[in-house]
Amino acid sequence: MPPLLEIQDLKLEFGTGSEALRALDGVSLVLEEGQTLCLVGESGCGKSVTALSIAQLLPTPPARYVGGRILVNGHNVLEMDKGSLRRIRGGTVGYIFQEPGASLNPVYRVGEQLIEPLRLHRPAAATEKEMVELLKLVGIPEPELRLRDYPHQLSGGMQQRVMIAMALAAQPKLLIADEPTTALDVTIQAQILELLRDLKHRLGMSILLITHNLGIVGDIADRVAVMYAGQVVEEAPADQLLRRPMHPYTRALMRSVPELGREMGRLEAIAGTVPAVGAFPSGCRFHPRCPVVQPDCSQKAPALIEAEPACHVRCPHWK
Amino acid sequence: MSLLEVKDLKVHFPVRQGLFSRVKGYVRAVDGVSFSIEPGETLGLVGESGCGKTTLGRAVIRLIEPTAGSVVLEGADLRKLRGEALRQKRRTFQMIFQDPVSSLNPRMTVGQIVGEALEIHNLAPDAAARRERVGELLKSVGLDPLHAQRYPHEFSGGQRQRIGIARALAVRPKLIVCDEPISALDVSVQAQIINLLGDLQQQEGVAYLFIAHDLAVVEHISRRVMVMYLGKVVEMGESRSLCRDPKHPYTKALISAVPVVDPKSKRQRMLLPGDVPSPINPPSGCPFHPRCPVAEARCKTEVPELREVTPGRWAACHLAQ
Repeated sequence: MPPLLEIQDLKLEFGTGSEALRALDGVSLVLEEGQTLCLVGESGCGKSVTALSIAQLLPTPPARYVGGRILVNGHNVLEMDKGSLRRIRGGTVGYIFQEPGASLNPVYRVGEQLIEPLRLHRPAAATEKEMVELLKLVGIPEPELRLRDYPHQLSGGMQQRVMIAMALAAQPKLLIADEPTTALDVTIQAQILELLRDLKHRLGMSILLITHNLGIVGDIADRVAVMYAGQVVEEAPADQLLRRPMHPYTRALMRSVPELGREMGRLEAIAGTVPAVGAFPSGCRFHPRCPVVQPDCSQKAPALIEAEPACHVRCPHWK
Repeated sequence: MSLLEVKDLKVHFPVRQGLFSRVKGYVRAVDGVSFSIEPGETLGLVGESGCGKTTLGRAVIRLIEPTAGSVVLEGADLRKLRGEALRQKRRTFQMIFQDPVSSLNPRMTVGQIVGEALEIHNLAPDAAARRERVGELLKSVGLDPLHAQRYPHEFSGGQRQRIGIARALAVRPKLIVCDEPISALDVSVQAQIINLLGDLQQQEGVAYLFIAHDLAVVEHISRRVMVMYLGKVVEMGESRSLCRDPKHPYTKALISAVPVVDPKSKRQRMLLPGDVPSPINPPSGCPFHPRCPVAEARCKTEVPELREVTPGRWAACHLAQ
């Protein structure tokens, strides 16, 4: 059986001709059913673009798929007709985003928004009873009353729960969460992460979670892919990657973040800044900032190699 | 003598409603906060959004007018100063803002931004001296003196925050209020700014009131930490011991909510139910009691005072010991 999601060598550009900016350059990922994959990286590394590509949510143009395949249940999303795409979008693949306040429509009541995915994907279940069930599922108290609320009447955490309920309405196989807790306070973040973990077990779905917080990875992930400058630089089981990161970027990232209750002295900062799309360095894209850079790093672009079973790293000097 | 001594500071914003904008109530953003900062020290201030930490930071340096209480900086009560005397005093404190994009004027060059305070306070005798001092300041925050001729949009987020820091340092302040200075930056750049703030503190002996929501960062950078909830300080103490052995149930929950990198750690997770209540209508008694897992009957009626639970550790909880 094919994996639930397989991205093969995805290449994506914005714009055309000589001004085209290559945002993704050969991204490959696999997500098995029932697993949680965390996509880690800093702004501009392409993690959100990768996530949006899975249900073809990027407008084309300006985006342009130059190569690669995105297989959902073995079917290539990039070659689908509109009807099949509609079944994928919000159907097989559900999305939640960073700013729940910006994703909800401010002029419609919660119930009016929640019924939409039901009407589209499960018309038989488009009832108030089902909506109440969904809100209960995501832990919203007094769901009957909340259906009549407008989004601004809810707190940030409750808004995110409504977004999750909307994503779950079509009973998706894959939930894509793009920085779902970045805009929330830590105690609310802990609530939402607990909810996602619980839902995954109860509903048996897969989660693709995008974050820049390595703590969240340790909390929830089965596998991790670290992205830098439009490429996956390391991909491995979560506990292995967090205990023994192989790519210099992952290592540096982990050392530069202070951790609660651990004496660290001076932080080991990564020099320089994240390169912008279109200005990625030649050779290995991390080489100008790499603490263990070798002379050949600026010349030859390294490939993603299997360093250990099920552990991939884009660095020939990982040992 | 402490550099800064804040006593029973209150900031209440009136809530107006109706045709004649009658005052219907008050948002008690900061409600009776007292603390002190020693010269060259960093005091961390943590709390969730809406707890009043930013309001407190701004009220301390009179960017917001406090409602009651006193703020004594080097022996002078800032709330009693007016006009020229206040302007003179403003040289001793500065602020670094969260958003390095909106806190720099896009129509001024970096040289003008950093040099403006020198001009206002007459700290450079002429233009040449000012240019030289701006170059020095830019160098001290890791930028090139030549950058003085450029505009803010030509810099990355981390570099812009460095400009903001150079601007704050221009008048050689004794105290800098840092309001979430790294939250808007990329993870790999955050460590650069944290290190820079630490280095500058050692060189210049400046004290920080460091406001953040990330406990790990605050623990790393501060000697002492203060935790706020609904306008009140719920716990205060030496940072490492506070993070290792929190006394107040809110601090405990806050620390257990921080996700840890190590997947093998079998930590006791303590999930708080519900959201932060509205500061217009705070709960009776202990403001934390509706969400508190160990609340008793008296917590609903008696307001807990901030008391010294163990030497050097203060907590506002009836049950802390």
